[in-house]
Amino acid sequence: MTDPQVLAATRADRADYALRLGDDALVLSHRLAEWSSRAPQIEEDIALTNIGLDLLGQARALLTHAGTLEGDGRDEDDLAYLRSEHEFRCCLLVEQPTRDDFGLAIAVQLFFSAHQLPLYQALSQSTDTVLAGVANKGVKEARYHLEHAAEWTIRLGDGTELSHRRMQGALEAVWPLTGELFQADEMTARLVAAGVAADPAALRAPWDTTIDAVLTEATLTRPSGSVLAGTGRSGRHSEHLGYLLAEMQYLHRLHPGARW
Amino acid sequence: MSAVVVPVAANQAVTNPAVTNPAGTGPRASLERVFDPEIPVLTIGDLGVLRTVTVDQAGHVEVVITPTYSGCPAMDAIRDDIVTALATDGFTDVTVRTELAPAWSTDDITDRGRQRLREFGIAPPHAVRHEGPVPLTLGFSRRRTPSVVCPRCASSHTREISRFSSTACKAHYVCQACHEPFDYFKEL
Repeated sequence: MTDPQVLAATRADRADYALRLGDDALVLSHRLAEWSSRAPQIEEDIALTNIGLDLLGQARALLTHAGTLEGDGRDEDDLAYLRSEHEFRCCLLVEQPTRDDFGLAIAVQLFFSAHQLPLYQALSQSTDTVLAGVANKGVKEARYHLEHAAEWTIRLGDGTELSHRRMQGALEAVWPLTGELFQADEMTARLVAAGVAADPAALRAPWDTTIDAVLTEATLTRPSGSVLAGTGRSGRHSEHLGYLLAEMQYLHRLHPGARW
Repeated sequence: MSAVVVPVAANQAVTNPAVTNPAGTGPRASLERVFDPEIPVLTIGDLGVLRTVTVDQAGHVEVVITPTYSGCPAMDAIRDDIVTALATDGFTDVTVRTELAPAWSTDDITDRGRQRLREFGIAPPHAVRHEGPVPLTLGFSRRRTPSVVCPRCASSHTREISRFSSTACKAHYVCQACHEPFDYFKEL
């Protein structure tokens, strides 16, 4: 098949894939925004919210793309504000509440951005040119995000006895949710064959290398517990997502089309 | 149907009467008055977010811009400012399009832009580092950024306070010679 035929045949899959990527970015960006005014120092307030802003920009482009591919006339706002929990396709890792524990926020950032960097590097070669454009832009941002998370992991892990213990605890707490990042299914298999998606399993090796390097330097131990089978991609989420959406969608649902 | 598209160089007068405003200048000259809302000494041309300006035979102007960061909140303001600046000069049939690829880089900031940044008290970005896998063997705790020169006293004895400053594109530094804090435009 020629490229245009492949792209037409995979349209519905590509819409679903863009939704997964977009929802990961959107939901994590909301979690980071919750740190505004709550971080341990003002520079960190600004750092976390700026990282969230990058992710929000990626989410806007990805959800717009998903809406276009879907072809039902839904735009980025319709997809962000007017879907309910079971229609979201984010992984469980990004929806975990972190605002009461800075170490937990850093653990999520480390695990997520160590995955997003090789993911976007691979996607910048996608046959879906919109996806390739977003990824090519996002890869530079993901690199900064990973450095930020890695530096904090090292500082906390190789810090005081208390910071070490709490950082280790945070890693253990979200570790079971990391397996979902590498989970393949029939949809991703079709898109990998079409040159659209990155093979989730192939992202494992670079992720392991990054995580091991950071944890070693941080004097932390790689968690050894088993990982859970993720259910976020099929719309079955932890209870936390509902509360997040309630806050994120409230204004738009109460005042449809409200603008600043 | 394909319109004839003529690229318009900086400050070049457009000879086709259909695409010339009363002052006789092209749309590119109008865009010299559009500044970045967050770094008001840089035009969008200096910053490198202005990609192309084209005018077709019917006088329709198409402007292509690219965001610095994916979530850059200034894009809407820049788009509005472009439309306003062009309308002031008589170009009313305007489309502003955003393109992500190729991704913007701080290497796209012009020499004039770098000079203006320095005068404004912002250290301009270094050339972009090597694209590719993160060099893990160097260790995450050791900074790979070359030393940043203080825009006020030109000392290279400076220290990073925070990777993120007043906007996503800048880091916060302090000069250890003149003790002044300043912003560094991060290489991207």
